[in-house]
Amino acid sequence: MRKNNLKGWLYLLPAMLFLGAFMVYPLIDVFVYSFEEGYNFASQTYFDIGFYNFSYVLHDTYFLQALKNTFLMVVITVPVSTGIALLISVGLSAVKPLRNLFQTIYFLPYVTNTLAVGLVFMILFKKTAYSDGLVNLLIHWFGGASVDFIEGPYWAKMFVMCFYIIWVVMPFKILLLTSAIASVDRNYYNAARVDGTSAFRIFRKITLPMISPTIFYLVITGFIGAFKEYSDAVALFGTDLNAAGMNTIVGYVYDMLYGDSGGYPSYASAAAIILFVIVLTITCINLLISRKLTRGFS
Amino acid sequence: MKVVLQNLTKTFPNRSRKADGDVVAVKDFTFEIPDGKMVGLLGPSGCGKSTTLFMICGLQEPTAGRILFGEEDVTSLPPEKRGVGVVFQNYALYPHLTVKQNIIFPLQNLKGTEKLTKAQMEEKAYEAARLVQIEALMERKPGELSGGQQQRVAIARAMVKMPRVLLLDEPLSNLDARLRLQTREEIRRIQKETGITTVFVTHDQEEAMSISDVIVVMKDGVVQQTGRPQEVYDNPVNLFVAKFLGTPPINLFDGNVRNGRLYIGGADVLGVEGAADQDVTVGIRPEGFILEDKGPLACRLSGIEVMGRDISVVSAHDASLNPAVRSVINAEKQVDTGGEMVRFSLKPNKVLLFAKDTEERVY
Repeated sequence: MRKNNLKGWLYLLPAMLFLGAFMVYPLIDVFVYSFEEGYNFASQTYFDIGFYNFSYVLHDTYFLQALKNTFLMVVITVPVSTGIALLISVGLSAVKPLRNLFQTIYFLPYVTNTLAVGLVFMILFKKTAYSDGLVNLLIHWFGGASVDFIEGPYWAKMFVMCFYIIWVVMPFKILLLTSAIASVDRNYYNAARVDGTSAFRIFRKITLPMISPTIFYLVITGFIGAFKEYSDAVALFGTDLNAAGMNTIVGYVYDMLYGDSGGYPSYASAAAIILFVIVLTITCINLLISRKLTRGFS
Repeated sequence: MKVVLQNLTKTFPNRSRKADGDVVAVKDFTFEIPDGKMVGLLGPSGCGKSTTLFMICGLQEPTAGRILFGEEDVTSLPPEKRGVGVVFQNYALYPHLTVKQNIIFPLQNLKGTEKLTKAQMEEKAYEAARLVQIEALMERKPGELSGGQQQRVAIARAMVKMPRVLLLDEPLSNLDARLRLQTREEIRRIQKETGITTVFVTHDQEEAMSISDVIVVMKDGVVQQTGRPQEVYDNPVNLFVAKFLGTPPINLFDGNVRNGRLYIGGADVLGVEGAADQDVTVGIRPEGFILEDKGPLACRLSGIEVMGRDISVVSAHDASLNPAVRSVINAEKQVDTGGEMVRFSLKPNKVLLFAKDTEERVY
């Protein structure tokens, strides 16, 4: 028995070593940094221990802007992308011919490089010396005034940002949802049809509850993913996100560490801890809600 | 409500690229299910029995032929307009709804003048639940019920709209042996109590024989024989039906008929007046053997299985088409287990003769 135990630990050792060195230790370190005031990498010194880093970060207008941006992105993109993905998946499940073609098309963004997607969005939205971007052409065509989506008003930039995020995260959601819908036992639908259930009621009363675990999974991971948003913002607005007013929390952390104003590991750590607490809280709430709603499922 | 099937045919497009032509699931099925009777569609898997059931309930559209409920042609009606209740093989109970919500589900779909109030729905649901004796389980989820209880809930859900025809797809196949016995009596009771025309599908001949008023034996989409269970058992029209019905299965021998006498392995075993001289496949039901010291059919004894009421004598014979000849004999008879040979005479009405080529019954 003991020998078996030893063997088990031995098998776990490589993974534990890696996780410990690259995940657990840095996590603890970040936590420690966040309380060390004015920590300096080079001299490995700090002035004091306390909550000053948090206080500074929470009063920093750049951080507050990043916080606001991130929250807006989360609140807009998660429900919208999940909702649209659900609609598309239901549609995909309903059509027989060309289903594979559509599935491939919808999945393309998933295998496309973020920066390539950013380039495409530039063509769509960015004003240059030669053109106002394709979307502006459309707006003109309908008689509207041109909008600068990349360097213009906040709402326009936020719109492009959310559009971009939704477009990028959708394929994965569609993939999971179509397979979830396909795995619902045909007999439930047969039984419902015999009873003359309307298509909408079948969707609401049978399909939706049956695939709800997948939906909750997507919402939870969607929240986490959106809170960690950074690279997509860079792809659209460049590396100086503070100037564009489109920074995110992760972007703020990065800037504090390596940006122009870099060299502040203590502030970066405090901001990272704040993000961690937010994500943890929201995920716990999500889990509680999903447990409550899917209770009694086999 | 009698159900009439006229020349019912269903073909599916062939999925295999090599083979040409459509797959015929059901071919030219004509049959009248009498009002208030219980009919068992019986056959091996792939014989088209489930397809027939799904055509009656409207989930599949026949390629040709008509379906009538009474005098009304329902061939092109959608399932909900036919007034059928269906119990699916795995019951298809909605796992996220309680038993009560499951039973009420069909009632909530009613529209227009048929629409019921909440109280009426409850009342009907409890009525259906009483019929299958599950009133105590109304607030449970299907996952918390045993297989037999789930089966009852499925029946209650199928019955709650008072359908004209009740259809059951392999109703007992998910239950263990003891529960199967109990549930089949239960289904029979419910059917008798409501007088509802019932069609059920099974591959288990014992199940079909025990509770059906009429059985329909199918093979490869073609109806082989219809009739009362005992009738079909006693007088199968061909070798397939004879082999499919009965446990233990019928014993088969190579034999031939000469001058009105049946010979098996050279031994003159029985008089078969009226049968033409020819080589035949002989089918002898297990209960058709009489243990007799001077019996004409001599078999090598290989063992005896005691089953309480009966004993089963297992033996071998050179002309036998099965590895073992199995005969069922009353347990009160003494069998000499020490002997090497065992001799039988045969009961004339338990011996069936089939043509070698067509497998049709010839005697």
